[in-house]
Amino acid sequence: MKSFRSQVEAERPYLLRYASLQLRDAHAAEDVVQEALLAALAGEAGFGGRSNLRTWLTGILKHKIVDAIRRLSRETAVAADDEGLEALFDERGHWVDPPRDWDDPDGLLEQKQLRAALEECLRRLPDKTAHVFMMREHLGYETPEICKELGLTPTHCWVLLYRARVALRECLQQNWFSK
Amino acid sequence: MLSCKEAAQLVSQGLDRRLAFGERVALRLHLLVCDGCTHFKKQTAFLRKAMKRLADS
Repeated sequence: MKSFRSQVEAERPYLLRYASLQLRDAHAAEDVVQEALLAALAGEAGFGGRSNLRTWLTGILKHKIVDAIRRLSRETAVAADDEGLEALFDERGHWVDPPRDWDDPDGLLEQKQLRAALEECLRRLPDKTAHVFMMREHLGYETPEICKELGLTPTHCWVLLYRARVALRECLQQNWFSK
Repeated sequence: MLSCKEAAQLVSQGLDRRLAFGERVALRLHLLVCDGCTHFKKQTAFLRKAMKRLADS
């Protein structure tokens, strides 16, 4: 029987990957994972083998990530996130280059390369846009919770989520579906 | 009639909040006649699935 500590330690690489994707900063990711692992070891009794260890650790990590995002978002200006989207529509609001049909995207979900392409596209998002999008789609928070955590109005949250989706769609179209 | 820009914004917001009745009707009418926005809607749904897959693995 492996000790609790070594079982927890074995999850470190997974947790690091998870946090890096969210925070886009290797140092910040290591910090939150360290905090989460310490909290987990201190709270072993709270685990009690009730659920899957990884699920339990990820739950602790999520809270640490949201704390870190909140700290980071205070330091990030929103203005820089504005660029690039206006060119998608003409002055009458029509697509300049309408989205084309993607051939069997669901079949592609299984492919490792899609995952790599998606991660690369996520890295290209501006910070604030990425933070809101990751909280929504990766951590699974509802929009009102995200607004509250980050001190944004609901409208602002929706705008950032919209920008993230448009930008990711564009990026996947160019780097994946056109090839 | 919604412009594509407005329709795309509603498609996105539809993933984050419940759209009002009028918004849903306007969006549905737009999607009936617009392939670009219909593809956009499918692709945002695909993005959500792909992100979920990323989170679960």
